[in-house]
Amino acid sequence: MSPEIILPVFIPLTAGALSLALWRSIRYQRILGVLANILLLWSGIWLLMSTTDQGFVTMEMGSWPAPFSIVFVADVLAAIMIVLTGIIGLAIAIYSLASTPRGHEKFGYYPLMHLLLAGVAGSFLTGDIFNLFVWFEVMLLASFALLTLGGERAQMEGAIKYVTLNLFSSAIFLSAVGLLYGMVGTLNMADIAQKVSQVEDTGMLTVVAMMFMVSFGVKAAAFPLFFWLPASYHTPQVAVSALFAGLLTKVGVYALFRMFTLVFTQDVDYTHNILLWAATLTMLTGVLGAAAQFEFRRILSFHIVSQIGYMMLGLALFTPLAIIGGVFYIMHHIIVKTNLFLVSGFTYRLLGSYELKDLGGVYKYRPLLAVLFLIPALSLAGIPPLSGFFAKFVVIRAALEAEAYLVTFVALLVGLLTLYSMIKIWAEVFWKKVPDHVRNTEELKGKLNEKHAWAYYLPMVGLAICTLIIGLYGQPIYELAEMSAEQLMNPQLYIEAVLGGDQP
Amino acid sequence: MESLMAYVVGIMFTAAFYMMLRRSIVKLVIGLMILSNAANLLIFVVSGMTRGAPPLIAEGASAPAGMIADPLPQALILTAIVIAFGVLAFAVVLIRRAYEVVGTDDLDQMKDTDT
Repeated sequence: MSPEIILPVFIPLTAGALSLALWRSIRYQRILGVLANILLLWSGIWLLMSTTDQGFVTMEMGSWPAPFSIVFVADVLAAIMIVLTGIIGLAIAIYSLASTPRGHEKFGYYPLMHLLLAGVAGSFLTGDIFNLFVWFEVMLLASFALLTLGGERAQMEGAIKYVTLNLFSSAIFLSAVGLLYGMVGTLNMADIAQKVSQVEDTGMLTVVAMMFMVSFGVKAAAFPLFFWLPASYHTPQVAVSALFAGLLTKVGVYALFRMFTLVFTQDVDYTHNILLWAATLTMLTGVLGAAAQFEFRRILSFHIVSQIGYMMLGLALFTPLAIIGGVFYIMHHIIVKTNLFLVSGFTYRLLGSYELKDLGGVYKYRPLLAVLFLIPALSLAGIPPLSGFFAKFVVIRAALEAEAYLVTFVALLVGLLTLYSMIKIWAEVFWKKVPDHVRNTEELKGKLNEKHAWAYYLPMVGLAICTLIIGLYGQPIYELAEMSAEQLMNPQLYIEAVLGGDQP
Repeated sequence: MESLMAYVVGIMFTAAFYMMLRRSIVKLVIGLMILSNAANLLIFVVSGMTRGAPPLIAEGASAPAGMIADPLPQALILTAIVIAFGVLAFAVVLIRRAYEVVGTDDLDQMKDTDT
């Protein structure tokens, strides 16, 4: 019996229900928001400690034996993702104290946030493919509501694209689950992994693999199915943007990592080659899209797309080193990207705009904020000694070892163009003078008229410190990535952990 | 029977995609509705259709004897229907609200956030 595996789902679900019960008291909802996320982080760390200790932690729901019940499985990768969910959840919960408008809080912002985190955590932990679909939907429904909270025109337009593409992806996923069940007669991922080798119709199996790839590709915003992301992520209020940017697409990436290391490894030449080209084009289109943008959050949204490419590249090369790189990249990216969105939210608070042409002078009046932007921005571009450098270094080294020179070239070029975008933001927002047409500059130049100003700074500083730690003390983090890669490359370990060692 | 159902599933997917590609947001949502039902029917068909053999276990036995209908796909479909119902309820409210805010039901007019 190991309670730590169910806690990351149980805590946010309970907190969500309690927040609903406390509907009238915003104050208690806020306290609960922070408290529940501290607990979530704590349970994540507990889970990470158990998985590094024992390798796998499993739990069978209702104590039914494995292939018949829904199982929760945590390996090191899942535990890392839960810890990251906890970190981001906590950062967003604190940031929301200052940034979330009163009207949003009254209409269920906190319960939705908890439910979203429950969906994310459930997706990371479940070992049952249909259950994964259910957690996806929990996450999606909460994200739909969060995205449209406020009901402005841009939000509606963005939400229609977001909802349509995600429902389309869910339908493809559901069809793929049905087809897979028709072939192997089981839904337990470990059991599927064991039985796919006995399927005679390998052509059909590849078709199903491609359906999963399309479905998770939509959720991860991979080329050519990424366009819902830059159309919607800059529309909601900034704490929601940051939460989505950090976690949602990564759930798709995680699902890709899980399925394409555990189940669909029978035709690696074909499937992973497609992944490789999708990853390359994802990197390239994302970064080129960002180069053409002049709105703070849109630039960042396009960069999510390009960074997803690096993670998929790690999976697509499918060597132990590449998987390590992919996992390392996920860890680095979640923290850095959320932080950049939080910075954009604070500059919005100061100057009232996300358009680069309406921003300026932040470096002169708020040097600390400038530093807080520079750390994640340079890390995103891959400047040593920050976290992004090591993440890129491992992925690119793996690409070189696999002799994929064109891909290596693209990855390096994309790093350079990322730097270009970050410098564009730096020059426009922080370095240039406050534009003459901007009238409301009291808050930039003087004191911030805000009771909870600390709640803006605390998460940004915390996440920046995380970035620095990953960069400067990278060895233990790298070892974690190494452990998770070793488990991912040996699906037999996962199968044995779930089904027990006595299986054939 | 199964091949007939396979064609029905195919037609439903086609109709769903056709509707989703129309410009009106109402037709878009109708497309999504058909799409989720097509997926449900697909699960039902591919997991094998067995007629007149309920999965009942005789008294005293520990497993059902002979060929039985698989009850699991039906549980899956039931779950998927419930989820799709919730999501569609949201989608209907969303398009109504979008129509109010944007003032049109034409997807081609909703391009402000794209570029």
